[in-house]
Amino acid sequence: MNNNMIKYIVIGIAGILAPIVFANFQVQLGFLWLMVLFALTWDTQGGQMGYNSFGNILFFGLGMYVCATVQIGLVYDVAEYTAAAGLNSGRLNGDQYLTGLALGMGAGAVVAVIVAAIIGSGILGLRGHYFAIGTLGLGIAFGEIFAGWDYVGAGSGLAPPPFPDELDFLGGRNMFFYYIFFALAVAAFFTLKKLYASRFGLAINAIRDDEDKAEAMGLRTVRYKTISWCISAFFLALAGGPLGMLVGFIDPRETAFAGITFGIWMVLMAILGGKGTIWGPVIGAVIFHVTQEIFWSFLLGWQRVAMGVLIVVIVVFFPRGIMGWLRDTWPDRYGEKIDESVPQEGAAE
Amino acid sequence: MIDNFLLLFQAPTIIVQTAIDGILIGAILALAAYGMALVWGVMNIINIVQGELVILGGYITLTVANATGIHPLWTIPISALVMYFIGYGIYKIVIHRVVDQDMFISILATFGISIILQQLMDQIFGADIQSADTGFDTWGFLDDAITLSQIHVISLVVVIVLAIFLVTYLKRSKMGRAIRATSQDARAARIMGVDTDHVYATTYALNAAICGAAGALVVMTWIIHPFLGLAYTVRSFLIVIVAGLGNMFGVIVAGLGLGAAEQYASFLLGIEFRVAFVFLLMVVILIWRNILLGKERKYLK
Amino acid sequence: MSAPMLEISGVSKAFGGVIANEDISITVPEGSITGLIGPNGSGKTTLFHSVVGYHPIDSGSIKFEGQEISKLRVPQIARLGMLRTFQQTRIYGEMNCVKNMLISIPHRDESIMSIFTPFPPEATEKAESLLEFVGLYSKRNLLAGELSFGQQKLLEFAMALMNEPKILLLDEPTAGINPTLINGIIDRLKKANEQLGITLFVIEHNMRVIMNLAEHIYCLAHGQLLADGPPDELRDNQLVIDAYLGAH
Repeated sequence: MNNNMIKYIVIGIAGILAPIVFANFQVQLGFLWLMVLFALTWDTQGGQMGYNSFGNILFFGLGMYVCATVQIGLVYDVAEYTAAAGLNSGRLNGDQYLTGLALGMGAGAVVAVIVAAIIGSGILGLRGHYFAIGTLGLGIAFGEIFAGWDYVGAGSGLAPPPFPDELDFLGGRNMFFYYIFFALAVAAFFTLKKLYASRFGLAINAIRDDEDKAEAMGLRTVRYKTISWCISAFFLALAGGPLGMLVGFIDPRETAFAGITFGIWMVLMAILGGKGTIWGPVIGAVIFHVTQEIFWSFLLGWQRVAMGVLIVVIVVFFPRGIMGWLRDTWPDRYGEKIDESVPQEGAAE
Repeated sequence: MIDNFLLLFQAPTIIVQTAIDGILIGAILALAAYGMALVWGVMNIINIVQGELVILGGYITLTVANATGIHPLWTIPISALVMYFIGYGIYKIVIHRVVDQDMFISILATFGISIILQQLMDQIFGADIQSADTGFDTWGFLDDAITLSQIHVISLVVVIVLAIFLVTYLKRSKMGRAIRATSQDARAARIMGVDTDHVYATTYALNAAICGAAGALVVMTWIIHPFLGLAYTVRSFLIVIVAGLGNMFGVIVAGLGLGAAEQYASFLLGIEFRVAFVFLLMVVILIWRNILLGKERKYLK
Repeated sequence: MSAPMLEISGVSKAFGGVIANEDISITVPEGSITGLIGPNGSGKTTLFHSVVGYHPIDSGSIKFEGQEISKLRVPQIARLGMLRTFQQTRIYGEMNCVKNMLISIPHRDESIMSIFTPFPPEATEKAESLLEFVGLYSKRNLLAGELSFGQQKLLEFAMALMNEPKILLLDEPTAGINPTLINGIIDRLKKANEQLGITLFVIEHNMRVIMNLAEHIYCLAHGQLLADGPPDELRDNQLVIDAYLGAH
């Protein structure tokens, strides 16, 4: 346990100091925590429950749009705002911005959880590859729908209000949002860690290991699956709003419902680090993101191709991920088994 | 949307027109779906890169037609041939490593390849929408109230020819028999001396060739773009799950049906929601199927 | 005369053209141990599957404690108190034995809040004592997937007991078990029945086991009910003997 405390403190201090020390990389560092959140929330269904979703991105996008709409809508008429796209017609003062952001994030989370609860009962009834492709369809469909909806800017996207100058005392836009992503990632990590140690954690593991058996034992599988999805939806939606603000422009397919980028990266990061563990997604996210930044710096236009290659390499050669490799190589340190067996009378051997 | 719906009744020829357009397009969708069903049935792989293979076929047609000046129709076999080798290559490099694994792994792997292809096509061919100029006209009926685009009809003929060729190949040729044997029981086939790896490679390459031909038709009748692939993958998947594996007649009917459904949806909801409709339709069908099975205390496997 | 815990009346089930069960009527009294025997292919497992909810029945009725269950789903039936064990033995492979046990607690009255709290210590105590009962205490921290087949069978049995069922349907509980260990299993089954009051409905191929264990036995052949009665009667029943020797 002490070991863990040290880890947390080190990472905590590093996390708090990073944007100050590496002031030029505040945006990339912010993205790093976002990736950690992506991987963690994906793993709740993918690694812990055995439901590989390709559509979790839909909650991220929902949160993004709801947050921006709420923030804008508190002060302006949304339809007018989006119609005047690009003319930067909407500036907010410090109070309006922060209030809008807070309420927007909250509203986004509520909407996402409700959507997860409603759609969940239907789509979580699908198994295996049907669930995977079904969720893929959902994620992309949402992107297409928002890309056709004029109220939020349709295909031209939505430009949230720029970061007000009067808030610069907070350290600037990039640093401000860095800490938001840091806080969200940390919150997600500890929340999930607690949950995995509770009845919920065992239940979703049981569903992963043998859903039919779990049902045959009376486990309320639908309830657990839906709750799991709602939890991911909650955190993803909370993170969506801030990212829209940080990027400064919401494109329905590229930023919000980014199925072929964020949407699939979250899967790969969890796999790379090791599905079904609490640290696996974190490690995977860090490595993945750093690699991506390196590709971006050196390969520019071809970085996306390189990402595709990386995906294939991970899937084909490292399906068990880093945690899996650690467990195989050093089972005593990272594995779970303790065999106190001394052959006893009557014990089946 | 309501306006468009009412329009259907005010001008009933629109109903027929939309159906005809849809069915003609649907033929191409059925072709791509058949290829996907082939790979799924033989190798138990859901080929997410299916759509990108189609688009790539279209780009090959465009490139060859523009470079040599020959009419795009004659490039169909070229597209098919080039895609055959590309498909074989993809199998040898990646697919053969994931063939006997969890289906999730193969979905992820093919998804990765689809991203690679998307981005490659984006880099090489650019992000503009393109289509091939075929110089064909339309036939008009009933005072042009109903029009039949000639290239659509030609593509339907091409699809039929290809379908006949495929069915004959699978029934009569040695490789065709090997493919069918492997799809029924790979282990038994292996024991009987069938080189299953070669069968898999050929099947995958054959599918790529089918996609190449489909892509050539798509670029002539419609448009292509580096990021349109996923929509074609989903269309193929939709058709396959509605028709069921190994049911060619079902694939044809479902393909034509999807084409028509898309046209109507496009008309009623607006063209910007066409793709959304396809994706949502897939989700709805999956959930609907599952609910029906649930009544029998089962679920989709 | 105890009230019937399980009442199967006129149940028929066909798969395509094959009739697996034809007009089967069986009564399992509360607190009893009832056996179901018959040669391979006689429809025993099909009947079990119909009872626990794996597939719908074509006709007939199945009543559990007086309640019609033939239209209910598997988890609902399980929560009513009817559990089954699997012939191929199913446990949660990636979790250790204690966790397998913990998640097998009854899920009937589960509030939303209890989902997010850790298991109470009583649950762990009960899990460990049941593991002790089946002789797996020393293996409790091993991953269930790493146990031998026999050990997994015992774990599955312990998990079933953890769930506090009213009736347990056992599908060939001694299949694939080392003969020297079978007595241990029969012993534990009897204890579960006598001390915990669990009604048992058992499919068995091993005649010695089922004659020793059951109070009343039903024999199926070719999808139909051939005979039923206490073990002594069935042992000498010519129809039953012929069915097994393939005279039909």
